[in-house]
Amino acid sequence: MIKSGIYLDYAATTPMDKEVLELVHKTNILEYGNPGSLHRPGRLAKKQIEKARTEIAGHLQADPNEIIFTGSGTEADNLAILGVARAHKHHGKHIIISAIEHKAVLESALRLKNDGFEVSYAPVDKNGILDIAKFKKLLRPDTILVSVMYANNEIGTIQPICAIAKTLLSFKQKTGYPLFHTDACQTAGTLSLDVKALGIDLLTINGSKIYGPKGVGCLYLKHGINLESQIVGGDQEWHKRAGTENVSLIVGIAKALDIAVSKQESENARLSHLRDYFIDKIQKTIPQVHLNGHPTKRLPNNINFSFAGIEGESLVLLLDQAKIYCSTGSACSSLDLSPSHVLLAIGLTPELAHGSLRITLGRETTKKDMDTTIRELTKIVNHLRNISSVKIYEKK
Amino acid sequence: MKKSKQPKEKKQRSKILAPLGDVGDWLYSNIVKKHFLSPQNFLVDDKKYKADGIGMVGSPACGDMMIVWIKVDKKSQRIKECKWRTFGCASAIASTSIMSVMVTEKGGMELSKAIHLKPEQIVDRLGGLPDRKFHCSVLGQDALRNAVEDYLVNEKTSK
Repeated sequence: MIKSGIYLDYAATTPMDKEVLELVHKTNILEYGNPGSLHRPGRLAKKQIEKARTEIAGHLQADPNEIIFTGSGTEADNLAILGVARAHKHHGKHIIISAIEHKAVLESALRLKNDGFEVSYAPVDKNGILDIAKFKKLLRPDTILVSVMYANNEIGTIQPICAIAKTLLSFKQKTGYPLFHTDACQTAGTLSLDVKALGIDLLTINGSKIYGPKGVGCLYLKHGINLESQIVGGDQEWHKRAGTENVSLIVGIAKALDIAVSKQESENARLSHLRDYFIDKIQKTIPQVHLNGHPTKRLPNNINFSFAGIEGESLVLLLDQAKIYCSTGSACSSLDLSPSHVLLAIGLTPELAHGSLRITLGRETTKKDMDTTIRELTKIVNHLRNISSVKIYEKK
Repeated sequence: MKKSKQPKEKKQRSKILAPLGDVGDWLYSNIVKKHFLSPQNFLVDDKKYKADGIGMVGSPACGDMMIVWIKVDKKSQRIKECKWRTFGCASAIASTSIMSVMVTEKGGMELSKAIHLKPEQIVDRLGGLPDRKFHCSVLGQDALRNAVEDYLVNEKTSK
């Protein structure tokens, strides 16, 4: 990455790892064949895909033929939710998703609703953790699918996936339902992806969050689970995802995951240290700040604050002017002008939801970046509070 | 010579791109940028400020809230001073800022004109706003109208 300014939006997307970039480029030139072709260029391309599939499966403790490549994390989520529901509707037409899912899952569920399915939204507590007791009450004999994201993209809260899987066991022993999907886009390269230990049936990964290429994702689908393909055409990916495979991007996502996993332990330690340093400093220097998400059960790279009396888009744009790049859950930043559903679900007032700032760290982030950001952020918050019509904080 | 050509080009571009909310290398027009980065006439401390009229619109829950203070020259019935504070996004801040400039420039705007100021006039002066941000200019104009109406009521009761 060319370092111009301080990029702190790694949860939105990561710059591509240099090694991955070179591999993608090389593969693009060498493996031009269609993996579906019988001839040598085709076979060579096919070989690369299967090698990538085996590598990814290895990190998930899965079999290679349980991995389906898609065009993005969103597509993998769509395939999981729509594909499972549509293939299993003979058993029931009820699904449960958490209230803080990514839009890729939320909108899939909404589509199912329009198709006559019932959707229940499992609530989360003030830290964003799924309320298992309330979740249990939502389970029904006709529940075919549960989807809870591994860690939230906005507030970084990590869900107790194993515990949720356990509560499903008693239901599953009788009928095999509900199937359990998790969106792990934010956790790949950060937390364990061992699908057996997690007790997961379907899991989504995305290339662009792990220093890999954009435009590629994959879905783990446990053996024996039927799924209706959402893109139809050729018989690629066992008839579950049609379309000529994008060989270079598939090779790229596998390499990216490989590198991310190898750096996992050291990066987690380094980033959680920087994260805690930043959170502590901000809480000490800026009055009336609210940390969103769980204090400890959060991604090592996630910081999310709400600043009383100011609006997030202004904050992000002034930081942008200072060459510091982060994001907000404010309504003004979104096209539909409604504040983030995640922040509202954890019980934030609309005002605080409007004043949120997400800072996500990554491989290039240094302590110096943190100090610069703390300094600039303090100045900007002061300025915006000075011109704000909401005077609810104590002036020194 | 380059300079004389540039503004023309930019004006054309902003017309085409403004509805998309993407002008040049910034999110909004250059005038919005200017007023957002260096807002004019905002009032930090209103405790000692003696306004002739005060107007307030919006709420923090909605994501936008503005307060406008005006001072009026009683003889000419023109706005002498216009101060404000805004909780909101860049275009809300810029809308209030440019509105405060518009009503105080050239010897001040007549109250009869100020009360009928249109959001479109604010948007034009800003060099355009994306459609979804149009409400920011409406809020600015509402706050001003409220301040003028407040002044008129104050005048009546003091007589």
